[in-house]
Amino acid sequence: MTTTLAANRPAYDGKALDLTGKSGARAFRNTLATVLIVLCFLIALVPLLWILWTVVSKGYHLLLDANWWSQSQRGITVRRVGGGAYHAIMGTLIMSLLCALIAVPIAVMGAVYLVEYGKGTKAAKVVSFMIDILTGVPSIVAALFVYAVWITVLGFNRVGFAVSLALVLLMLPVVLRSTEEMLKLVPDELREAAYALGVPKWKTILKIVVPTAFGGIITGVMLGLARVMGETAPLLILVGYSKNINTNPFDGFMGALPTMINQDRTELALQPAADRVWAAALTLILLVLLLNILARTIARFSTIKSK
Amino acid sequence: MSSTDGTAPPDPPAGEPSAGEPPARATPAAEAPAKNLDLGPVGHLGDRLFAGLARGSGGLVVLIVAFVGIFLLALAIPALADDKSSFLFSRIWEPGGADPKFGIAALFYTTLISSVIAMVIAVPIAVGVALFTTYYAPKRLAAPVAHAVDLLAAVPSIIYGLWGILFFAPILRPVIDGLADALGWIPLFEKPASEDLGVVFTASVVLAIMILPVVTAISREIFAQTPVTHREGALALGATRWEMIRMAVLPYGRSGVVSASMLGLGRALGETIAVLIILSVPNGNDPWNSSIFAGGETFASKIANNAAEFDSPEKTGAYIAAGLVLFVVTFLVNSAARIIVARSTPGGKRQRRPRPDKALEGATP
Repeated sequence: MTTTLAANRPAYDGKALDLTGKSGARAFRNTLATVLIVLCFLIALVPLLWILWTVVSKGYHLLLDANWWSQSQRGITVRRVGGGAYHAIMGTLIMSLLCALIAVPIAVMGAVYLVEYGKGTKAAKVVSFMIDILTGVPSIVAALFVYAVWITVLGFNRVGFAVSLALVLLMLPVVLRSTEEMLKLVPDELREAAYALGVPKWKTILKIVVPTAFGGIITGVMLGLARVMGETAPLLILVGYSKNINTNPFDGFMGALPTMINQDRTELALQPAADRVWAAALTLILLVLLLNILARTIARFSTIKSK
Repeated sequence: MSSTDGTAPPDPPAGEPSAGEPPARATPAAEAPAKNLDLGPVGHLGDRLFAGLARGSGGLVVLIVAFVGIFLLALAIPALADDKSSFLFSRIWEPGGADPKFGIAALFYTTLISSVIAMVIAVPIAVGVALFTTYYAPKRLAAPVAHAVDLLAAVPSIIYGLWGILFFAPILRPVIDGLADALGWIPLFEKPASEDLGVVFTASVVLAIMILPVVTAISREIFAQTPVTHREGALALGATRWEMIRMAVLPYGRSGVVSASMLGLGRALGETIAVLIILSVPNGNDPWNSSIFAGGETFASKIANNAAEFDSPEKTGAYIAAGLVLFVVTFLVNSAARIIVARSTPGGKRQRRPRPDKALEGATP
């Protein structure tokens, strides 16, 4: 710490010790930096507002139609108006919830291992490093991996469940890391109090540690869900797009919001198709934003106060 | 483990290793001096099961990563053995058939150049935004601003792709023309032959927007950790705010920013659908073009674009081989980022960790 500062000091010799008040050049540089930094922030906001405005303004009117939420695209061609996104919304929800069902227990237990059992050991370091690597695995690689296992080696068909498996790889590190952070925040006094009362370690974890961190874990799950819902690459490779309602993830093709967008994106010159693309995009953004906002709200009200 | 039985006598009837509490009550006293936090009577069936589950989940993560590598490798090897051209240096991509030829040179080039340009654009802006939220924005504004930038990460990538090609690319066109006019003598910036909008540069700028929240979030955290003493020391020496940032905040956060950029780079390398939508695939007969103002294909976009071609093992193997290269590249980039964090974070994790751990350190040998 101090060495870093000391090492940097010579470069500013003289200038830093000039106590005669700010020179014009220094004041100017300071103002320039302020302007540039504020500018950076404004630049970062432009795409966000622009994208949101584009999607909302082009997609909102179909969402006001009740059919959008209750009908599929069955039998509706790109030139025809009508139908809804029910099949795609259901597909997205089924695949991501199935993914959460598999990923969350593994993630929570993995975090329990890192914080409660493996702390400081070499094995825990290896696991931790692998989680970092898993965080960086591109969704297309996860999809190819599941393709290799599910379709090439095991010989199954392209179905919704395969997508869920690929999404597990993407969701696992997100939930695991956030759970780990929350478990770390649980004060040791709580654990010690439980041990002092003679509660076995596993019960302490299940009844004291995990419930204390529950809000944070839910936040992690929501953020993980938000991440996987918007993924397109696994859908392209592991399941075909279907315009019909299919609620069975183990059989047949399945619609999903990203692939619904992808399906019609080449036909944007046709108004009905374009309308549907933007409406599906808005539905997807709303779904993801809703999860994000929910996650942040839960986080705000239930975070363990770190000292 | 066996010590549980040794301490059981005070409570003989409950000696059964069930989930009963009585024996547990006896153990802490006996074991406490030795290991403070492992007080729990680990001999219990419940404890052993639970510990096993936890360890198993940890091990599963390691297995998954190992399996990703192993399976991709296993399926790529047969295809690679049949490859009639150099896999690493050929730019041809004609897998399948009697005479499969495929090489990743062109894919590798486009993937790398588009991601690096994205990083070069995103990092300075991300650092600016991070500084704005940590040291410039009024306190009440800082949190909403941070959330707003985080929201950028919540927008699904397919929407970035659509927006990028339909709305952003036309705006970017004059910039591309200007850059090409000024720097056209460098092959990298060669003037585009067509008026095509789906060029590598456009994809890079959209990728930059997509990785901005990642880099910003990590930089923000690191900057916020700059010790108050450093900052106040700089200010007390008469530094302006900018000088304080240059003297105290930036040196402190340098390695954090570097690793954040690497993580952003990793994200950009693997981005699929946005790139797939934006980049126009060059015509098979066109000569290869190294300019960033031309179309192209990245690993991810190539694989996703040709998912329908996965009909024979040979063809699939070729795409899996490409995916394997992408996996290895992102693995290396991400590992580098982590190693930089672990080695040289001036304060970051190392500084913070000892404090919460202190309570335990007193007890563990």
